[in-house]
Amino acid sequence: MLQAIGVASIDDLFMSIPPALRLKKKLDLPLHLTEMELKDEFQRLSTQNLSSGKLDIYLGAGVYDHYSPSVIRHLLNRSEFYTSYTPYQPEMTQGVLQAIFEYQSCICGLTGMDVSNASLYEGGHAMAEACLMAKAKTGRNRIVLSAGTHPEYVQVLKTYTFNLETEVVLAPLAADGKTDLKALQALVDEKTAAVVVSNPNFFGVLEDGQAFADAAHAKGALCIAVVEPVSLALVKSPGEFGADIACGEGQSLGISPSFGGPYLGFLAAKMALVRQMPGRICGQTTDNRGQRGFVLTLQTREQHIRREKANSNICTNQTLLAIAATIYLGAVGPQGLTEVATQGAQKAHYLAGELAKIKGVKLSYSGAWMNEFTVDLGKDSGPVLDALQAKGILGGVALSRFYPERKNEILVAVTEVKKKAQLDKYAAALKEVLA
Amino acid sequence: MSVEKLIFEKSSAGRRAATFPVLDVPAIDFLPKESRRASALGLPEVSEQDLVRHYTRLSQRNIGIDTQFYPLGSCTMKYNPKVNEDMAARDGFRNIHPYQPDSTVQGALEVLYDMEHWLAEVSGMDAITLQPTAGAQGELTALLVAKAYHDSKGRKPRKVLVPDSSHGTNPASASYCGYIVETVKSLPDGTVDLEDLKPRITEDVACLMMTNPNTVGIFEKDIPTIATWLHAVDAQLYYDGANLNAICGVARPGDMGCDMMHFNVHKTFSTPHGGGGPGSGPIGVKKHLLPFMPVPRVTRQDGHYALDYSQPQSIGRIRTFYGNFGIIVRGLVYLKSFGGDGMAEIGKQAVLNANYLLALLKDTFHSPYGDRCMHEFVLSLTDFKKKNDVSALDVAKRLADYGYHAPTVYFPLIVPEAIMIEPVETESKETLDAFAETLKKIMLEDPAVLHAAPVNTPVGRLDEVGAARNPIVRWQP
Repeated sequence: MLQAIGVASIDDLFMSIPPALRLKKKLDLPLHLTEMELKDEFQRLSTQNLSSGKLDIYLGAGVYDHYSPSVIRHLLNRSEFYTSYTPYQPEMTQGVLQAIFEYQSCICGLTGMDVSNASLYEGGHAMAEACLMAKAKTGRNRIVLSAGTHPEYVQVLKTYTFNLETEVVLAPLAADGKTDLKALQALVDEKTAAVVVSNPNFFGVLEDGQAFADAAHAKGALCIAVVEPVSLALVKSPGEFGADIACGEGQSLGISPSFGGPYLGFLAAKMALVRQMPGRICGQTTDNRGQRGFVLTLQTREQHIRREKANSNICTNQTLLAIAATIYLGAVGPQGLTEVATQGAQKAHYLAGELAKIKGVKLSYSGAWMNEFTVDLGKDSGPVLDALQAKGILGGVALSRFYPERKNEILVAVTEVKKKAQLDKYAAALKEVLA
Repeated sequence: MSVEKLIFEKSSAGRRAATFPVLDVPAIDFLPKESRRASALGLPEVSEQDLVRHYTRLSQRNIGIDTQFYPLGSCTMKYNPKVNEDMAARDGFRNIHPYQPDSTVQGALEVLYDMEHWLAEVSGMDAITLQPTAGAQGELTALLVAKAYHDSKGRKPRKVLVPDSSHGTNPASASYCGYIVETVKSLPDGTVDLEDLKPRITEDVACLMMTNPNTVGIFEKDIPTIATWLHAVDAQLYYDGANLNAICGVARPGDMGCDMMHFNVHKTFSTPHGGGGPGSGPIGVKKHLLPFMPVPRVTRQDGHYALDYSQPQSIGRIRTFYGNFGIIVRGLVYLKSFGGDGMAEIGKQAVLNANYLLALLKDTFHSPYGDRCMHEFVLSLTDFKKKNDVSALDVAKRLADYGYHAPTVYFPLIVPEAIMIEPVETESKETLDAFAETLKKIMLEDPAVLHAAPVNTPVGRLDEVGAARNPIVRWQP
């Protein structure tokens, strides 16, 4: 090969790098490992983590432990899917493109929207992009959210907009855990680009989406709905309550928790907003043989064509996770998804009922909820959660993680994977810890 | 070839693949009427066998690195080792929640801490964050870090400079976070025009974003000079890590005067691209930018790992949680498989393969930047276009008929009829020889054959204009 190139050594090919810039020192890194050694090393690392097989985990807060049927992993392991790049050459990548088209159709169906993109990074990013869409569409700078928005989503929005003259304001919650609608309406003005509802909200409580949409539209703003896709099997969809954009985290659709990623940000909107939509969109077309086929479309929105005039900088997204979600939705179907949503909610309500029987424990809010609830333990949650952990239970997310003043409260999530015996074990353990 | 129906077109009411155990707690009425959904879910209803057959068949209508040579320039489509997949799939990595107490996820935190160390050492940067999900989000993160840094000094530079050969994400990220983008010209040899650049470097410049080697596969040898100019006005030099594969183990951005950079773990460190993600786009910075990095930071004290949120000058979060953890695990497996002793083999073999393939093709095609390159090279098909009306797109489509994925075409924008080829280090000489032979053979074919290509793919050339004019973006009954 060197002869064909016309050089004496590989080092000669690096002549264009000035000698002063070439690495001379030895890298301060260990020696290479063979596959057998790698397996030892990563077994050591992975077994230091206590997974849901070793602990009963009741953590949610945007990430949920749902059952993922075997078929999903098997199909995702088709390496024609996972070793391919973004489908720039559609004739060679019809498989990925058609799967994206099916994904977009599923997301439109669930949310009641007209058009979905091919995925975003994760839920917080999807909400930030939705707000930027609203800013671009309305030419306004104010974003009104509920104090029931996931606190990390608000942080992401603030980071994304910190050089963009954007005003981010939060409407407080009422005593029942729903957003105080009077306070919300007072914050929405003629400078407001978007009013954002999270349904259910971070504390698990269901909101009145219609009231958010009405408050937005009364002032010419857009309504953005941050929704949990499994709950949409039962709960009114963004399309039904008049939202303009729907977005959220798709992890609950068969994707493992994996310590925070990779996940799936989904984003769908009314057709009038398609030009503001960021990222890849797959469209149907025909080929020169008259057959149906799929391509990436409306690309004049995107960075590889428009550079600094693009409506977003996103390039790589989370396509494989979008395919995972599509296969999951195909596996469970409408009946299965309804069952997943129902079982989680029923089991959560059963657990909440059992916990509320314990002296000193009460639910924080009276508003209706699905499979996640906020509970006040009557004393500092830290030592209580530690004591539960010693009994093999991660009892919930301490609200003090996000709100230092809320020392006694925890957020508890239950999904279909929990059995009644486990729920009873949790209630008994908490009773013992608090006694 | 037959058209594969949509999953919705195979649906029949009442069918399903997954079932669930009977509810074992008493059922109550928990959902008020006004909150209830009334409309149909719009999801398919299929059996497990139909589901498996459908997506298996879709996969067969797709090509990946595992099935074909995939010389897509700028994308570093190297082989994705299977052991990476197996390690990321371990129960202790997959089934852990991001809000578990630190004491229950020490192994995961060690992975993050270790990965930061490996990336810092490979790049010569002082500190790393693994939070960004993809390269473009890494760019955005770094630009916001630069913004916070300048803010801390009471300065408000408004401009970001990008070469005209840069990736589209560079100018897009800069304008996306509120900067004015100014484009810097390239010289005929493909490098940045220093005469055009120098007067642009003023106190109003926040940052220059450079890819090195650049997108035409040439090393920007004047980068230390450029860094000196920028630093004289306290502007930052950003290194776009898309082409890091060329110099991996051979040279380091941190030693070139770069202040910040992103890595594409899904390019340089072999994690699969998933048909368009998930990726992972960590950034590295020099010490002076560390206080502004996103939270949380991973810390190690007395052998115990923890997450630290107490960074008062931080730009905040760029996403939820800690990054694409599953991808970071794969990247770390890859890095450890090379080790400090083997790292240089990555860059060396990648550059060898690219130069070999260029040597095989340079007599047939016009190579605007000469007969040497780094890890990739750009050819121009202008001559063929003039003579035979054969375009870069025609050649790309025809390659599919011979069982190859196309190279990148029409990028970078500064080269007309561009074909950008990145053969990567994992390909054998035999594969490169066969590819070069095919490419030469294609150029001798009747132009009409090329215009009609591809013919051996599941679908023929698709009407992209029609798709954009009349968007059909979802299935409807």
